[in-house]
Amino acid sequence: MSVRVGEAASAPPFPEAAKKMVANSQLRRNVRHATDVIRTKRGRVVGEKEDWEALRNAGKAIKDHTLANLDRYLLQFEEACTKAGGKVHWARDADEANRIIVELVKQYEADEVIKVKTMTSDETRLNVALEAAGITPFETDLADLIVQLGEDKPSHIVVPALHRNRMEIREIFMKKMGLDTLGYQPEDLAGAARQYLRERFLRVKVGISGANYLVAETGSVVVVESEGNGRMCLSLPEVLISIVGVEKVIPRFEDLEVFLQLLPRSATGERMNPYNSIWTGVTPGDGPQAFHIVLLDNGRTEVLADPESRETLDCIRCGACLNACPVYRQTGGHAYGSVYGGPIGAILTPQLQSMEHSQTLPYASSLCGACYEVCPVKINIPEILIHLRTKVVESGHAPLAERLAMKGAAFAMSKASRLSLAHAFARLGQWPFNDDGKLDNLPGLLAGWTETRDLDAIPAESFREWWAKR
Amino acid sequence: MTAREQVLARIRKNQGGPADQSIPREYADVSPLSREEVVEQFADRLRDYNATVHRCAAAAVAETVAGILRARGKTGLLVPAGVPAAWLPEVFAFRVDEGLSYAELDASQGVLTACDGAIALTGTIVIAHTPGQGRRALSLVPDYHLCVVRLDQLVATVPEGMRRMAGLLPAPLTTISGPSATSDIEMIRVKGVHGPRTLEVILVD
Ligand code: SF4
Repeated sequence: MSVRVGEAASAPPFPEAAKKMVANSQLRRNVRHATDVIRTKRGRVVGEKEDWEALRNAGKAIKDHTLANLDRYLLQFEEACTKAGGKVHWARDADEANRIIVELVKQYEADEVIKVKTMTSDETRLNVALEAAGITPFETDLADLIVQLGEDKPSHIVVPALHRNRMEIREIFMKKMGLDTLGYQPEDLAGAARQYLRERFLRVKVGISGANYLVAETGSVVVVESEGNGRMCLSLPEVLISIVGVEKVIPRFEDLEVFLQLLPRSATGERMNPYNSIWTGVTPGDGPQAFHIVLLDNGRTEVLADPESRETLDCIRCGACLNACPVYRQTGGHAYGSVYGGPIGAILTPQLQSMEHSQTLPYASSLCGACYEVCPVKINIPEILIHLRTKVVESGHAPLAERLAMKGAAFAMSKASRLSLAHAFARLGQWPFNDDGKLDNLPGLLAGWTETRDLDAIPAESFREWWAKR
Repeated sequence: MTAREQVLARIRKNQGGPADQSIPREYADVSPLSREEVVEQFADRLRDYNATVHRCAAAAVAETVAGILRARGKTGLLVPAGVPAAWLPEVFAFRVDEGLSYAELDASQGVLTACDGAIALTGTIVIAHTPGQGRRALSLVPDYHLCVVRLDQLVATVPEGMRRMAGLLPAPLTTISGPSATSDIEMIRVKGVHGPRTLEVILVD
């Protein structure tokens, strides 16, 4: 078994990577601008929804309930999907999932595929596996296309190219699409993407997608999107292959009424995203006549094992915690060394890898609590960060100061007290980083932030004080 | 052990959660608005998404369609089997999709379809790809989509809409909330990427 989360295992430690990113003022401006816009839009459409808290409570309860009965719901999904004409595959890890998909594509004698945004396939590095097998993957989401053509990496789970501005995108498109002229307005750039992909949509025989939800009760699969590239990939090819993490299942069709309200408002600040596609197996005479779904573990069942942090798997990948995070807003997504950046990445990436890699990520936070406040399924990210820090300490991978602090009476304290302690460090600007090994860059990093004067201040009110009032 | 057995075994070993597993559903199920306000809200949301909205009496659909096509300089549209003949004005050429190639869909002047439901709060149209709506490609590949929504198909809230949709399974469902769009470039909303770039809606009393 080899769990792989993109290239996270070989990525430089967060403080090192972050320092580089913070030094790039163009990138910081781009990230700052984009997250500002989404935050404003989200604030408006969440604010108008009087039952927002009730929706969050329902979303959280449904997800927690599912995780407590995951085997049952996956089996139910498998049965319903199979009955409707789908073929369900199971993959223990990234390599196994990639192998299954490559074999399927070959079985259908295709040498190219069209893909609709799937972070899960970035996690398994499916494109690398496809290319190694002589299969060309075409990313069709505009942002993914920008990332693919720019030979870049995604920096945000909803808007993967948010670190790029229009001039940069124009340059990438002109070079890679072989265009002599191209305007720089977003309309011009979107138009170029439409033209570039159109013929591929109509021609390519195999589509590859992820999924936002699997409905156990009906065997239905749901993809949420905006551009229509999803609908193209899901309904024009002869064969559709979806790769989906096991935690994406929900019990009932009715549960969609909760998530289809929470997700668009949180993710893009829209009341509803332009398109949702919901399909159930194979429909004669409409869309792909062969449908395969690969259910991926890749470390998820390990995350499930820890009662104090398993709610990490509740995540619906809305990206709101990234947009709200003062650290992410400074560093962008690449610093996290994983396809999952920001606060959710800081807790998910190390856990998927059984805490054996990416151990600096739980420190990539000031514990200000903004992520928890915006999370549509109420994942208590700050508390999980603290919990994971103690795990890093226990494994002997923590910086010296942290080990010393935790070794003393402090370590015997309740979880809540540990939280206060860690937060006190943060507030003093004395993060538990020292000159022991790779983690000593952070004070420098903080100094960099002070110089640029735009680090969101850590609130005077501590996370715990604030949380106690919730 | 197969992958399936192994993943399931790991799940069984590791899963767990709160003892109380009841789901609190205290969110809004219905709307406090009056019927006319709900209709107005739907039209408002559609306009907000950059869709063009018309409203007419049941007997005036064909006339409304004719006016729209004339204004847009179109001589005809594709239609799925099952669209009421009474909606289609004479003089214009309506071609029924009987397995047209993607290239033919792409080269068309657009498509006219019915729908299977609509949600006012989010400005959403539900297409179930049953007769009257056609296969998925038909309302996707053409660059122009004219959709007829009967107001008796309109509900106010998302939960009401989902109940309607549950009854349409296992047909593939597409929900459409405005024309295709992207905000991937500097978060500026661009109307029209891969799906139909123009969405026009006729509300029928
Ligand atoms: S952790 Fe919560 S806020 Fe962050 S992406 Fe997941 S669901 Fe959204």
